[in-house]
Amino acid sequence: METYKLVVNGHPMEVATDPGTPLLWVLREELKMTGTKYGCGIAACGACTVHLAGVPTRSCVVPISLVGRRPVVTIEAMTGDPVGRVVQDAWVSHDVVQCGYCQSGQIMSAVALLKAIPKPTDADIEQSMGGNLCRCATYVRIREAIQIASGQLK
Amino acid sequence: MRRNLQDGADPGWNRRAFLKVSAAATGGLLVSLYLDRLALAQEAASAAAPKVYPPDAFVHIRPDGTTVIQVNRLEFGQGIHTALPMILADEMDADWSHVVAELAPADAVYADPVFGIQMVGQSSSITDSFTQYRELGARTRAMLVAAAAARWKIPEGDCRTESGVVHGPNGRSATYAELAEAAALIPVPEKIRLKSPSAFRLVGTKTRRLDSRPKCDGSLKFGLDLDVPGMKIAVVAHPPVFGARVKGFDAAAARAIEAVRDVFEIPLARGTGVAVVADRFWPAKQGRDRLRIEWDLAGTERPDSGRLFAAYRDLARTTGNIAVARGEANAMHAIPESRRIVAEYEFPFLAHTPMEPLNTTIRLDGDRAEVWAGSQFQTSDQLAIAEVLGLKPAQVAFHTEMAGGGFGRRAVPDSHIQREAAAIAKRLRGVPVKLIWTREDDVQGGYYRPMHVHRVEVGVGSDGLPTAWRHVIVGQSLVAGTPFAPMLIKNGVDSTAVEGAADTHYAIPNFHLSAHHPASSVPVLWFRSVGHTHNTFVMETLVDELAMRAAIDPIAYRLKLLKPDAKRVRSTLTLLQEKAGWRRSVPREHAVGIACVQCFGTAVACAAEVSVEEKRPRIHRVTVALNCGLAVNPLTIESQFQGGVGFGVTQLMSKGAITLKDGRVEQRNFDGYCPPYMKDAPAAVDVHIVPSDDKPTGCGEPPVPVIAPAVVNALFRLTGKRYRTLPLAAL
Repeated sequence: METYKLVVNGHPMEVATDPGTPLLWVLREELKMTGTKYGCGIAACGACTVHLAGVPTRSCVVPISLVGRRPVVTIEAMTGDPVGRVVQDAWVSHDVVQCGYCQSGQIMSAVALLKAIPKPTDADIEQSMGGNLCRCATYVRIREAIQIASGQLK
Repeated sequence: MRRNLQDGADPGWNRRAFLKVSAAATGGLLVSLYLDRLALAQEAASAAAPKVYPPDAFVHIRPDGTTVIQVNRLEFGQGIHTALPMILADEMDADWSHVVAELAPADAVYADPVFGIQMVGQSSSITDSFTQYRELGARTRAMLVAAAAARWKIPEGDCRTESGVVHGPNGRSATYAELAEAAALIPVPEKIRLKSPSAFRLVGTKTRRLDSRPKCDGSLKFGLDLDVPGMKIAVVAHPPVFGARVKGFDAAAARAIEAVRDVFEIPLARGTGVAVVADRFWPAKQGRDRLRIEWDLAGTERPDSGRLFAAYRDLARTTGNIAVARGEANAMHAIPESRRIVAEYEFPFLAHTPMEPLNTTIRLDGDRAEVWAGSQFQTSDQLAIAEVLGLKPAQVAFHTEMAGGGFGRRAVPDSHIQREAAAIAKRLRGVPVKLIWTREDDVQGGYYRPMHVHRVEVGVGSDGLPTAWRHVIVGQSLVAGTPFAPMLIKNGVDSTAVEGAADTHYAIPNFHLSAHHPASSVPVLWFRSVGHTHNTFVMETLVDELAMRAAIDPIAYRLKLLKPDAKRVRSTLTLLQEKAGWRRSVPREHAVGIACVQCFGTAVACAAEVSVEEKRPRIHRVTVALNCGLAVNPLTIESQFQGGVGFGVTQLMSKGAITLKDGRVEQRNFDGYCPPYMKDAPAAVDVHIVPSDDKPTGCGEPPVPVIAPAVVNALFRLTGKRYRTLPLAAL
């Protein structure tokens, strides 16, 4: 057991856990932030995507001991994030979700994309969203919602 | 089936338990629309008589005007959590902006009116509950109107309702919330008048889902997200070969992990396993990784995909149990060899892999248990848990949790997940425990869409239409050994294995179809669109081949070959032809393939525009025409069809197969078994709905079967090759 200091969604936090525990499970079980989802545990589905120092990252394969000082941002912070809110609103108005389980990760990837490329092409969208699996295959509406959100960003 | 599955279940619904569960779920006091007398009324009604569903089990109007509607089945993406409340609220004239939906707990009153158990399957939710929810809404409205009329001492006929308010003469009005308490005392009317479809205000309109926002901000709690005070996490080491048993195990290294609380052997639906219980998931999984288990493989089958396919191919050359024998048995003999096609198809095992890994939480407290699970089969899952715990079903409060997909994987006749969780909870007595199946457990754990071999011989008439069709299907039965067997197996033929072929909508005069169902220890399960996943592929690729041979347009050929009574399919092919946008401006290196189906009542015709990129099909645009009768929520239907065709791409993926080698599953996770990602799924899907006032049918499964045959039919036009083995190898 080691103690780690983290900054999650702007708040300093402290957790005592095994160094190998993935960030995903620290968020979900220690910090009780369950918006970030477990889908595969091998960075193959993107359901656990968070922003680590602004970079979309699969939290299921990042041991807590390697997070360091990098700030962690999760889906729970998106309502208060200017781009995050626009993306969430586009998702809701365009009725993107079905089961919804992968959508935290989809939204985290989409927000990272739009922060880097506010006017993405179809190819940009495919590249940035390419590792986020949606078993309901809501991909068509995800593509459209990203374009809707892009149109609404200043 | 109704009687079979209900036997042993709590015959009446326990109102007190229901209210307790509801109050716990909402955290607030509910104003019940109707009081306990109703339970008595229901008991008095004979089992055979048509049920008058008690409105208070489905509708609660809170003092603030919020109308809470219970949804009698699981929401796992298909949108029923919005559609059923729409239907009820429309007849009730409720204010939609104040409607809240809840997933009902397990209870007899929430049984599917047709199947008699609480379940989601066969895309039947709307079909089976449309009238039920309309009547519930109409009864609720009638009671509110009666309460208003009594208050104002006027005839009920002088009242009208709109958006949660009863209006009387002289500008009098009262909100439903104001009337709820008085309405609760009004007897439930037996006879009610339903709206004419032209009076619908919600039904038929594009209505956004009620569950979007919490699914977009991370606040929605799926089963896996629940945190019950004092809860432990369990993972289980499952046998490496189906049916193997633990001979012995060394748990010292697992127990050395501080947060690991217990390690013990448990019985499984097939064989035995070792459960590791810890404070958190990660130590539980670490503990499992450190177990040293010696497995007893004696008596196991050790199935092998290669050997199974070889055996299936041999079987396919022999006639199986007869499913259909129409016309002359020897009609083929009259057709010259040059006008015969012989086609053999192979389909692998498929895993459902819903995004939310399988899980169940159980707390056993004395003679009561509480369960939280995303289940498609609440009735039988509740029964199974009760059985393992030695309780009566009524002692097991079963909360239905929103589930992250399912596609059939949460409709398990043997309730193996629930039994596994219950076996652990039984040992932990008093301590709540959540069983989590890791993705590896899920991919390797069986309950797959069975592998199949088809062998078809077609004799073509001089007009280019098939006159003789001999078809043999080989594959494990989905329902053999389950309570569904007596209903679904006839003459040794499992109807779920032949649906989409035996009941073909094409008029083929001499049609002979038989099936072999070899047994195997690999657990199999229905997979979204069930038999249509393989049968539609076979029928639609062969019919396409026949159209090409006859040099007739593929839509025109299908229209020509349809049975006269295949009205729904005809309407979708006709609409697809009218929406000819997909025909225009198809680039030279692209091609369009066609397929159609009628699946669980809903007809679908599909055109897929495809090219070849990096030796894989690239699906640029799909146009779908569908006929599901009355379209309750056209927005959800559009979504289901866009997603459903994407889901159907699973079986075309290069890694879209589960294979076994000497008894062991060769794939472990999404690296080895790879469902479609964004670039694999269609880039655009246009959905057109045939206008209809007919009885509505479902939209969850019907989109799935058409895409794979449409894509390979397009590929034929690009490569000149027919594709009869899935998954699709490099092009």
